[in-house]
Amino acid sequence: MKKILGYAAIAGFIALGASCTQEKKLPIYGDREAKITKDANGNEKIDTVYKTIPNFKFLNQDSIEVTQDAFKNKVYVADFFFTSCSTICPIMHRNMKTIFDKYKDNRDVMFLSHTIDFKYDKPSVLKKYAQKLGADVPQWQFLYGSKEEVYKLAEKDYLVAVQEDSSATDGYIHQGWLVLIDKHKRIRGAYDGTKTEEVEKLKTDMDILLAEKD
Amino acid sequence: MRKIIVYSLFFGAIAIAINACQSASEIEMAKYMSNGKDIYQARCQNCHGENGEGLGELAPPLTDTIFLKSNKQKLACYIKNGVNEPMQIHGKTYQEKMPAFKDLHDIDIAQVTVYITNSFGNRHGMYTYEQVANDLKSCN
Ligand code: HEC
Repeated sequence: MKKILGYAAIAGFIALGASCTQEKKLPIYGDREAKITKDANGNEKIDTVYKTIPNFKFLNQDSIEVTQDAFKNKVYVADFFFTSCSTICPIMHRNMKTIFDKYKDNRDVMFLSHTIDFKYDKPSVLKKYAQKLGADVPQWQFLYGSKEEVYKLAEKDYLVAVQEDSSATDGYIHQGWLVLIDKHKRIRGAYDGTKTEEVEKLKTDMDILLAEKD
Repeated sequence: MRKIIVYSLFFGAIAIAINACQSASEIEMAKYMSNGKDIYQARCQNCHGENGEGLGELAPPLTDTIFLKSNKQKLACYIKNGVNEPMQIHGKTYQEKMPAFKDLHDIDIAQVTVYITNSFGNRHGMYTYEQVANDLKSCN
């Protein structure tokens, strides 16, 4: 009996060890659909189709048109902000800058900040802001676009609430999420950019995502 | 002998009085520091940083003790009315808009000013709300 217990314990430890070496995976967020396809033999099979960030076309801090091609095969962190925001944006970007500093030399990683201030944050304003933040490099794109397009992208695709509101301190209200997007344009995480613990979690998750085999 | 007792009582009383005064102002200072820290964390830290280090060139650091000392009379105006003018801090020129904090009362401004001018390597002592009221009269 004792022997059996001993064996069971050993087997258990082995199983435990195996599960530890298994690849860690981040969840995939957003609506999904089941799509029925046929394989070569005509057998039907079901594929899950995940929500992806649709294509876009905006001007960046150098007034150059940028589309999703710039983020092709990149893992990236996206957020919504505006340059004259005096409340949560400075904290979000202080924190985002620490992520940027960590992955500065990693060519698989990019950063994307969409301004929601379509009235004032023209590319030249974004340029100055990026320079003063110390992040005016191609790896970090600051994008300007029309209210309609940017707000729709925020709410429908990145799932970040943004709104014009004349009663708010700086004229807009928005959520401070930093959204993690994978190489297939899927949402893999959203972290409160005003909280250092969550930003640290993003960094850990970024490493997991970068190690993921596609 | 009686004389000695009277004298020692007298000096003793003076010593206690001085001591009490000192600790009263120390207590007042500690109160300003702790309330000032709360205001700083809620309203200023997002831009100026946990350790007064600033944020790139978007917000200057609060560690240039000479700047803070020589502009002490203007700090209340900066906080109450906001400011947007070139400033030389640690030998570097900063210019960006700091928002106005209209809702802060003189006592809040005094407390947060005491906090920043006695933290981050600064040591400029007390600054009362009466001084704030006075300094606010000469804002431009
Ligand atoms: C939205 C960001 C922001 C917030 C919030 C903010 N500041 Fe500032 N602060 C600035 C900027 C930008 C300047 C430089 C202003 C200029 O160039 O005219 C500045 C300048 C200063 C200065 C003088 C320069 C220096 O570095 O010594 C002091 C003192 C100061 N701020 C204190 C405060 C205090 C106290 C609070 C909170 C009640 C606060 N600030 C909140 C952005 C901010």
